[in-house]
Amino acid sequence: MTRATLHALLSHWWRSPLQLFTLLAGLALATALWSGVQAVNAEARASYSAAATTLGEGRYDRLLRRDGQPIDLETYVALRRAGWLVSPVITGRLNNVRIVGVEPLTAPGSMGALEMADGADVERFLAGQGQMFASADVADRLPAFEVIISQNAAPNTAVTDIGIAQQILGRPGEIDSVVIAPNQPASQPDLSQIAPDLIRQQAQASTNVAQLTDSFHLNLTAFGLLSFAVGIFIVNGAIGLAFEQRRPVVRTLRALGVPLRRLVLLMAAELMFFAFIAGAIGVVLGYAIAALLLPDVAATLRGLYGADVSGTLQLRPSWWLSGLAIALGGTVVAAAGALWKLTRMPLLAGAQQRALAMAAGRRAWAQALGAGVLLAIYAILSVTAEGLIAGFTLLACLLVGAALALPFVLDRVLALASRGAKSVTAQWFWADTRQQLPGLSLALMALLLAMAANVGVSTMVSSFRTTFTGFLEQRLTSELYINTADPAQADAFVAYATPRVDAVLPIMFTQITIADQPTEIYGTRDHATYRDNWKMLEGADGHWDTTFAGDTIIINEQLARRAGLSIGDPVAVQGRQMPVAGIYGDYGNPIGQAIIGEHLFETLYPSITPDRFGLRIDPAKAPDFVAALTRDTDVSAAQVINQAGIKALSLEVFERTFTVTTALNILTLAVAGFAILMSLLTLAAMRVPQLAPAWAMGMTRSQLGRLELLRAVLLAMLTAVFALPLGLALAWALLSVVNVAAFGWKLPMYLFPLDYARLGVFALLAAALAALWPARRLARTPPADLLKVFSNER
Amino acid sequence: MLLTVENVQKTYGTADGPFEVLRGVGLQLDAGETLALTGESGSGKSTLLHLIGGLDTPDQGHIVLNGTDIAALDDNGRAELRRGTVGVVFQQFNLIPSLKVVDNIAFQARLAGRYDPIWAQTLADRMGLTAQLNKYPEQLSGGQQQRVAIARTLAPKPQLVLADEPTGNLDEETASIVMDLILELVAETGAGLLMVTHSQALAGRMQRRLHLRAGQIA
Amino acid sequence: MNVKALLLCLLPVAGHAQGFAGLGTAVDGFAVPQRGTPFDFPTDHAAHDNYRIEWWYLTANLKSEDGTDYGLQWTLFRSALSPESGSGWATPQLWMGHAAVTTPTAHYVSERLGRGGIGQAGVNADPFTAWIDDWELSGDWNTMQMSASGADFSYDMDLTAQGPLVFHGDDGYSVKSAEGQASYYYSQPYFDIAGALNLPEGEVPVTGIAWLDREWSSQPLGANQTGWDWFSLSFDDGAKLMGFRLNQTDGAHFTSATWIEPDGTATPMPDGAFNAVPLVENGQGVPVHWQVTLPEHGVDVTVEAINDNAWMTTSVPYWEGPVTVTGSHEGRGYLEMTGYD
Repeated sequence: MTRATLHALLSHWWRSPLQLFTLLAGLALATALWSGVQAVNAEARASYSAAATTLGEGRYDRLLRRDGQPIDLETYVALRRAGWLVSPVITGRLNNVRIVGVEPLTAPGSMGALEMADGADVERFLAGQGQMFASADVADRLPAFEVIISQNAAPNTAVTDIGIAQQILGRPGEIDSVVIAPNQPASQPDLSQIAPDLIRQQAQASTNVAQLTDSFHLNLTAFGLLSFAVGIFIVNGAIGLAFEQRRPVVRTLRALGVPLRRLVLLMAAELMFFAFIAGAIGVVLGYAIAALLLPDVAATLRGLYGADVSGTLQLRPSWWLSGLAIALGGTVVAAAGALWKLTRMPLLAGAQQRALAMAAGRRAWAQALGAGVLLAIYAILSVTAEGLIAGFTLLACLLVGAALALPFVLDRVLALASRGAKSVTAQWFWADTRQQLPGLSLALMALLLAMAANVGVSTMVSSFRTTFTGFLEQRLTSELYINTADPAQADAFVAYATPRVDAVLPIMFTQITIADQPTEIYGTRDHATYRDNWKMLEGADGHWDTTFAGDTIIINEQLARRAGLSIGDPVAVQGRQMPVAGIYGDYGNPIGQAIIGEHLFETLYPSITPDRFGLRIDPAKAPDFVAALTRDTDVSAAQVINQAGIKALSLEVFERTFTVTTALNILTLAVAGFAILMSLLTLAAMRVPQLAPAWAMGMTRSQLGRLELLRAVLLAMLTAVFALPLGLALAWALLSVVNVAAFGWKLPMYLFPLDYARLGVFALLAAALAALWPARRLARTPPADLLKVFSNER
Repeated sequence: MLLTVENVQKTYGTADGPFEVLRGVGLQLDAGETLALTGESGSGKSTLLHLIGGLDTPDQGHIVLNGTDIAALDDNGRAELRRGTVGVVFQQFNLIPSLKVVDNIAFQARLAGRYDPIWAQTLADRMGLTAQLNKYPEQLSGGQQQRVAIARTLAPKPQLVLADEPTGNLDEETASIVMDLILELVAETGAGLLMVTHSQALAGRMQRRLHLRAGQIA
Repeated sequence: MNVKALLLCLLPVAGHAQGFAGLGTAVDGFAVPQRGTPFDFPTDHAAHDNYRIEWWYLTANLKSEDGTDYGLQWTLFRSALSPESGSGWATPQLWMGHAAVTTPTAHYVSERLGRGGIGQAGVNADPFTAWIDDWELSGDWNTMQMSASGADFSYDMDLTAQGPLVFHGDDGYSVKSAEGQASYYYSQPYFDIAGALNLPEGEVPVTGIAWLDREWSSQPLGANQTGWDWFSLSFDDGAKLMGFRLNQTDGAHFTSATWIEPDGTATPMPDGAFNAVPLVENGQGVPVHWQVTLPEHGVDVTVEAINDNAWMTTSVPYWEGPVTVTGSHEGRGYLEMTGYD
C-alpha cells in the first residue's frame, strides 16, 4: 500500500516538473537568503575585528623612553621584577610590511593579532623559529618566513615574537615601548624609582570603537533574523501551494482507501526529503552568491571557509547545519499548518466549497484584526519601550502587524481605485485585481518584508557610516599628535612647532565630577578644527562662540542622559555656573565628558598644563615636519602619532563592511521576486476561466497579457509605498529603541531618499521580471483553451 | 445477506439550519444481486451511497456489510473497507491525473494487496482500453476515463460495487456500452451492485429498484 | 594567543604524557630520571634545564591571631620546549608562577608567565633564589623569605626549617605509574612560617607551618592517566603523610605515599597501601571531603577543605586549598586535585 501511495504522490511531481521546481527553488532560495546573510555577517565581523585590531594598538597605556631611544632589556626586566606587569613591543618595516614584535606570554589580552589560528605551533612561535601572523596579502611579501594567515590581522601588518622581530629588523635587544596591562598588582613602586628615563603615554581612548561596532553588529543580527522571516514566508508559500495543488489527489487517495494517518506521514516524509535537497542547494547557492557579490573575494572566501584553505570552496560544517536546519525547520513550520488542514479536510467534496469561501472571508477579517492589535501594541511600545526585550517585541509587532495588514490595506486601496474607474476595461481591471489579491498576498507580504528590510538596512548602515566617519573626523581631526615628556619639553615643542605648522592645539583635561557623574573636562583652544568637525546632537546658537568665550559649557550625550541635562541647564564647575550650550554624540565612551574654553580652563585649573598636542598640517608635509622635529628637538619619533594614517586605515576597513550590505539588498529582492513569480505561475491555471469572458467580449490576448504585467507592477508599487514607512519605522526602532537599550546611546538616524528611490525601482523591476513570463504565457494561450471554458461546464 | 441497512439517519448543517437528508432508511442486498436506487436531486441517494461506501458515517442506524457494522468502524477501519471490500465508481471518475492508465487500473488492487496482472489485463481488454494503457487520463475522452475508473474499481474484485451516476457524464450511446460492461463484469465476479441513478432506463436493467423520496424509501 | 594550548605545554598534568617511552632512554632528547642517582645540593635545588618539567611548590597552613585558618600557595613551574638552556628571547625555557591565598570565605589567585633567558624568571642555586617578576623564594633552605602579589592580595613570609629534607620513593626516585614513569621528588615539610597577608580587608599577621615540594621529570604521567589527587598532611603528633592517587581513564588508580616519622625518617608505601575515597563533592563536582587511610600506620582520617571553592582560575584550572584532618589522627594539610575541569 505504501509503495502504491508513494508512487501516486511522487508521480505528481513527475508530471508537473514546474511545480517541483518552484517548491525546490523556493526552499533553496529561502535557505540561500539565510546563508547569504550569514556570510555577510561573517564578513562584517571579520572587518570589525581587523579594524579593532588596528585601532586597538593604542588601547593600552605604554611606557616610552623620554629621549625616544629604545628601551633596553635590563629596564624591561627591572620593571617586571618590580611588579610592573608590562609587555615589550618592537615595530619596524620589512619589504614595506609593518612588523610588530610582541611577547605572547606577557602581552595583555587581545593586543595585536594574537588570535592564533589552528595551524599555529606554540612551540615554534615561542622557540624563535620564525612564525608570523598576518593577513593573506602580506604573506606574499614575506617569502622567507612561515606566515600563518590570520583573519584578525591588521592590514599590512605581520605580528611575530619579539625575539624574531629584533633579529629580522636588525635591532637585537631593543624594545620600542612596553605596554602596560590593565590589571596591575595591588601595590607597586613608583615608575621614577625603577626607570626614571621612561614616560607614560596615555591610551588613545577616543579611538575605542568597540561599542560602536557592537551596536552595528546587533543591528545586522536583527536584520539577519528579518531575512529569515522573509525566507519562512516563502517556504510557507511554496509548501502551501504544493498542498493546494494536490488536494484533489489526496481526496481520491482517501476515497480509494488510503488511511489518513499514513497519507500524512508519507507527505511529511516526502517534504522532508525535498527540504533536505533544497536546503543543501540553498547553502551552496547562498555562499556562491555571497562570494560573487562581496568585494575582495579572495579574502572573504578565506574568511568564510576556514583560514588554512586558499581558493578551494569548503563550507564549514556549522554553516551546513544552520542552513539545513533553516530549510528543515521552515518546512516543518510551514508544513505543520498545511498537514493539519489536510487532516481537517472533508473526504467528500461538493457542498463544502461555500463554507470554505466563508472561512476565507472570516480569516481575512481575523487577519486584519490581528494586524490592528499588533500595530496598536507597537504604537504603545514605541512610546514606552525600555530594555532589549521590549525593543525586540516592538520590532516583532511592527513586522508581523504590517505584514498581516497588507492584504487588507491593498484591498481597501483597490476598492477605492475601482470607484474612480470610468471605462469598462478599467472597472474590470480593478475588480479583477482585487479578486487576485488573496492568491498573491503571501508573495506580496514577502515583498513587503524584503523591501522594508532593505530600507531599514540602508538607513541603518548609512546612518552608521555617516555617524562613524563623522565621529572619526571629529576625534582624529589633527594630522599629528605629540606627547611631550614634561612641561619644559612641551614649551620647547610649542615654540618650535608654532611657526612651522597651521595650528598647535593643546589638549588638556582633568577628572572632575559634574552632577555626581565622573567627567573628563577639557580646555579647548578656539579653532576652526572644532567649529567645523564637532557635530552637536543639540546645540544652542553660537555654542562654540559662547564656550570659547568662557560663558557656556558643551557636554557629551552620556553626561546629558545620566545627569538629565539639556540645553540651557546650569552646570557648576569649580563653583562657577554655566549653561549647557551643546550636546555631542560620544560613541563608545563609558563616562561623561565636557568642554570649556581654554582660557577658562587655565583660570579654573592653573596647575594643569598641556602635555599632549594636536597639530594641523598639510598631510603631505607631515613626514618632513616629523623628521625635522625629531632632528632639531629632543622629541622622539615614538612621541609622534600619525593619526591621519590610522584614520584612513580604519575607514577603509569599515568601507568594506558597508559595501557588502548591498549583497543583502539584492538577495532579499531576488527572493521576493521569485515569490511573486511562483504565485503568478500557480494562479495562471485559475486565470484562464477568469480571463475567458473578457477575451470573449473583445479584449485581445496581448492586451490581457499587458494588463497582467501592469497588475503585478501596480501591486508591487503599492506594496513598496507601504514598505517605505515600515522600513523607516524599523530602522527607527533599531537605532532609537534597541540601541539605547543595549548601549545607552542613540545612533542618529539619517534619511537617504535617493537610496529608497533606487530600492523602489529595484523592487518594481523584480516584480516586472517575475510577471513577464506568466504574462507572456497568458498572451499566448491558444484560443481553444479559452473556448473550453465555455464548452466544459466544470 | 451481503448488505443490510437499518434505520439510517443523517443530518447536515447548512446555512439555513440543519437539513435531514436521510430519515430512517432500510434496505437489503444479496451477493450477485443488482439494485437501482432512484430519486430526485436532494432525495439523499448519493448520501446513502457514501455511507454504505464508508466515506461518511450515519448519525443513527446500522449498515452491516458481511456481518460487520461499518457505522461502528473508526477511520482506519473504514479506509480498510474502502480498499478491499467495497468499490466505488464515481460520477467524476476521480482518476489520479499523474498516473498512466495502466497504473490507475492497478492502483486500488495494489492498495488492497490483491493485484492480479492477468485480471487487470482482462479488464483493460474488456473495457477496450488496450491501446490507451500508456496514456494519461487527461488524454482520454470522458467515456474512456469512466471505463478506466470502472476497471480500477473491479481490479481488486470487491464484494460490493457502488456506482454513483456512473454514466451521468457520458452520452447515451457510451452510457449504454459502459452499463453493459459493468453488469457483465459484476455478474462474473459474483459481487453485489448498488447503483444510484435518476435514469429510469438504467434502473430498468437492474434486478430490483428502490425509490428514495425526501430521505425515505418510497 | 591561545593561552590554553600554550599552557598545555607548561602544565605537566595535561600535556606531554609520553606513553611508554621505555625508561632509561631519552624522550625527544630530554633526560629521564634514573633510580639510584645521588642528589647534589645545593645544585639540585636549582633548575635542571635538560628535563622537560620541574616545580618549586610551597603550601602553608596559617592561623591569624583570632584563630582564623588561612591557606597559602607559592608555585613556580618550569617547562622546557627543548632540552637546552640558551639565553635571550630564543631560550626554550618557559616559566609560570601561581600564587594564592585561601580564607574560609574567599580564594585569591594570581598567575604570571615569563620567558627564561632574559632574567624575568629563573632559579639560581647559590645563593638559592627562585623568582618570576616580583615574586621570590630565597634563602639557604634553613631560613628563607618568600613574597608574591596579585591584583587583590600580596604576602611577605619568613620560613625556618625545623627538620631535615625528606626523599620520596626510592631515595627520591618516585614512581608515578604501573608502567614505571617516574620523577625525582623530595620535600622540606618542616618549615615554620610567619608573616603578613595583605588582603582587601587589610593586613593580617599569620603564623603556621609550610611544606615545600621539589620535583622534576620528563614524562611524569602515563598516557592513560587523567589527573591526580594529592595530599600533604601534618599530624598533631609530629608525623606527616604525603600521598597521591593518580586517576586513570579506565577508572582505576595508582597510589603512592610516604610515611614520615616525627624525626624525619621516611618510609615509601607501594601502590595500593594508601587509599583516598571521595566523600562529598562541591557544586562543581570536585570532591572536597575525603576518607584517607594508610592501614599499615593506623591512619584512617577524614580530610575536609577549609574553603570548598579553592578553585585555581588559572590558564589551566585545578583545585588547591588547605584542609583539616580528623579521625585516627588530628592535623592539617593541603589538598590538590587536577583533571576535574
